[in-house]
Amino acid sequence: MATVGFNDSDLLDLQRRLVILRVGLLLVVALLALRLWHLQIREGPYYRDLSENNRTRSVVLEPARGLIFDRNGVLLANNVPSFALYVTLEDVKDRQALVAQLASLLSLDPDVIQKKLSTGKGGKLQPRKVKDRLTLREATLIESHRLDLPGVMIQVESQRNYPAGDVAAHLLGYVGEVSADQLEKPDFADLHQGSIVGQYGVEKWFDRQVRGRAGQKSVEVDALGHEKRAIVSDKPLAGDDLYLTIDAKLQKIAEDLLGEESGAIVALDPTNGDVLAMASRPGFDPNVLSKELTNKQWVEIVQNERRPLNNRATQGQYPPGSTFKVVMAAAALESNTVTPSTMVRCNGGYQFGNRLFHDWKQGGHGSVDMNEALIHSCDVYFYTVGQRMGIDTIAEYAKQFGLGQETGVELPSERVGIVPSTAWKQKARNQPWYPGETISAAIGQGYVTVTPLQMASVIGTVANDGVSIKPRLVQAVMNRTTGERAEFPPTVRGKVAVKPATIALIKAALADVVTKGTATRAKSSLVTIGGKTGTAQTAALRTGPEKDIPKKFRDHAWFVAFAPVDAPRIAVAVLAEHMGHGGSAAAPLAKDVIEAYVKTYPQVLQGVPAGGRAKSPAVPVDARPKT
Amino acid sequence: MIDRVIDSRGLDSFDLRFMGLIAVILSVGVLSIYSVTHSQDTAFPFYLKQLVWILLGTVAFLVMYLSDYHKIARLAYPTYAVILIMLAIVLFMGKSSRGAQRWIPIGPFAFQPSEFAKLVLVLVLANYYSRASRVGWLHRVVLPGLIVLPGLLLILKQPDLGSGLSFLAVYAAMLLMVGVRSKALGIILLLSVMLFPFVWEMVWASLHDYQRERVMAFVDPDYDPGGKGYHALQSRIAIGSGELSGKGLYGGTQSQLKFLPEGHTDFVFAVYAEEWGFVGVLVLLALFIALIWVSLEIAARAKDTLGALLAAGIVAMLCFCVVVNIGMTAGMFPIVGIPLPLVSYGGSATIMTMASLGLLLNVKRRRLTLFY
Repeated sequence: MATVGFNDSDLLDLQRRLVILRVGLLLVVALLALRLWHLQIREGPYYRDLSENNRTRSVVLEPARGLIFDRNGVLLANNVPSFALYVTLEDVKDRQALVAQLASLLSLDPDVIQKKLSTGKGGKLQPRKVKDRLTLREATLIESHRLDLPGVMIQVESQRNYPAGDVAAHLLGYVGEVSADQLEKPDFADLHQGSIVGQYGVEKWFDRQVRGRAGQKSVEVDALGHEKRAIVSDKPLAGDDLYLTIDAKLQKIAEDLLGEESGAIVALDPTNGDVLAMASRPGFDPNVLSKELTNKQWVEIVQNERRPLNNRATQGQYPPGSTFKVVMAAAALESNTVTPSTMVRCNGGYQFGNRLFHDWKQGGHGSVDMNEALIHSCDVYFYTVGQRMGIDTIAEYAKQFGLGQETGVELPSERVGIVPSTAWKQKARNQPWYPGETISAAIGQGYVTVTPLQMASVIGTVANDGVSIKPRLVQAVMNRTTGERAEFPPTVRGKVAVKPATIALIKAALADVVTKGTATRAKSSLVTIGGKTGTAQTAALRTGPEKDIPKKFRDHAWFVAFAPVDAPRIAVAVLAEHMGHGGSAAAPLAKDVIEAYVKTYPQVLQGVPAGGRAKSPAVPVDARPKT
Repeated sequence: MIDRVIDSRGLDSFDLRFMGLIAVILSVGVLSIYSVTHSQDTAFPFYLKQLVWILLGTVAFLVMYLSDYHKIARLAYPTYAVILIMLAIVLFMGKSSRGAQRWIPIGPFAFQPSEFAKLVLVLVLANYYSRASRVGWLHRVVLPGLIVLPGLLLILKQPDLGSGLSFLAVYAAMLLMVGVRSKALGIILLLSVMLFPFVWEMVWASLHDYQRERVMAFVDPDYDPGGKGYHALQSRIAIGSGELSGKGLYGGTQSQLKFLPEGHTDFVFAVYAEEWGFVGVLVLLALFIALIWVSLEIAARAKDTLGALLAAGIVAMLCFCVVVNIGMTAGMFPIVGIPLPLVSYGGSATIMTMASLGLLLNVKRRRLTLFY
């Protein structure tokens, strides 16, 4: 009974066969160990690399752009937090599905998303920005779908904000994603797809200072590409702050003065070149342009007939009309074409060859000298002296005043206008200069064109006794990390070779223009103002009374002015498109700007600089010509 | 009856060694499960659940250990019938996961009959061969084959390729043990080779998409890392990146960051290999070899055919699961969904494995009586 098991030969046989199992087991385990040795020891480093790539993504931390202040520290551009959506292609399982899903969650065009995903440097590991400025609702919607959206990341970034809306829009400019073309350029080498750069205004001009330096963090991600924790952090550096020379209040006043009309108002401090205000209308809201616009929105803005993106102060080129007579007066006196007492008889017209050039005043001004010719803006007087001087002399002085060239203000795409001369005509038109053309040029018509900023600079140069200071928009840049403030001192652009007596005569005449001449509507009870009106004819043929002419063919109204007359602290140029006469349409605007300025800075009436945050010294006294 | 007399000396050093090995391997499992799931924010985390399964497994172990295995073997056929019914139930109303139906939901838990079916099959076949005449083809191969077939078909229908293969492995191990002559083995082998293309065709046609993808992934895991070969490649990266000494506990980025799916169940070995490196892998392999060696000792010293067959069947099942699981995680075999015994998370598998080991020790416990 007890031997049932042990005497069973089958059992013995069975137990012998267990040896097969043992040998087999050892063999198989040895094979497993060999395989694991191969994976972990021989190919270990290779798989370690793979696992590192698997888990780490380097995410760019966008820097905060520098802040922009006005001369008194009023904030003009800052940053507010916003959500940006990034996609890392490496973690995306099904690209088509993801695009469709994002398109429906964010109501975006799938093609736009596709394009975003396929542009940019870096491989599939480089996260690409698909959309910024997500609303809180969109961000939470994405977050709540995160499990279905592998590879999608929401990052909090700072977004450019312009608290004052459209105020100073043309100066500040706007920001936008760096374009593919820009990325090719060395200036943008440190940027990547999705980086925000200034695209207009000082945002563009000072972009290198304002943009800051991007940081980087390596984030450990899970299999869905979602952030688990940041491993290394290279902090982004905020951009430098800009301190502008403008006074935000004055800027707003200037813009409101233009209102719905098209035009520009530029106010400078003639002693140091500070741009106190530079208004251009119509304007735009940089907050809107800094968003990503759809093609349709963009086309609407660009094709707007009134061209709101155009900064008329620096890019609008207009015939200067009679404001050019300031330049003409200096040229005529300095070239000894006339003396202050030289009289010219004005009968209301000037006959040249078979053509009669009219004076603006029917019947004429009678016999006038230089002083009276400026006060009443006698055209015949300047036809005469222009004809005597010749175009090349006019051009020489116009250039000395800075016309036909950039003022050098820190704004992109400044236009230069035209200072015609025989050489210019030969070069530009391949034609000889006709003497009759000098007559038009003598009153700022014909080929002559200028920008309002140039004219402000011209009148400022007169106010500053012939010393031309480069207009500047930015007085200082402050490094936010070190607190270091780099001042931009005023720079002398040039000196007009005029005798003090000439300047004195012109200034006195311009003061009389306001008190008893063509610009009495600019007369102020607060401050003495000197100025010159201008009415720039547009190319169209003019028939009948002004009010019957369609607005777009009406004349542009000009007024250039400075104040106080004795020790000028402000120079203004006003251009109101299609508003008719300078004396009636433009002069009152200049007066309002000047009055607002002296109200804000009453010390300028005593010849003390306006100050404000800017502590920049005015141009040293010895830089000015002795009077 | 003398064979009913039990060893009265209590636990000896052999038993302690056996149970010690089990405990150590179970600890490795709990640790790895904890490591990979500790960051999940759940009220009842996996490692705690696994501890509960181990507790229940210990009960199963004791029950199987303390009852007479002859009595247990007598219940083999009825139990097999119950299991078959349950497998059928799974097909009709089971809980499905990734295209397969394997679970019967019981409250918050899911019960996987196919796991228990393996042990029951061992019991049934051991019982059959210990009683029936083992002369002739019919009785040695065909009749037991017919016993295996319904269970096998039901499991493959789920489909659960892993459990199905385990079933076949148990059957094959039993055939080997009862002494199918080498000539017969040769004929079976030859037939298999000749029939392979046809069987392959049938099997391939009956496979689910995800199974085909897994087979394809095995053939070429690199061709689509985001898709079909994902499991295999991520598992290989996990193991390989562990290198010699591993990334340390919780340091396994592959599993911690969920690149490795099923890190706590079928792919727990990859988690372990990533965190403990080749050194850890050798330790774990040594632990398994030791456990199987001891188990084979029991089989070799069993006092009767039933005991020997039970022990051999259980060892074969254990070996098969260990080898195939590690092999598939290391990319040597296609991924078939077999858990690593005592290490992978899973209630049914843990309880079944511990019950099997209890039964194994039961066989050893009763052999010593013969020397009285």
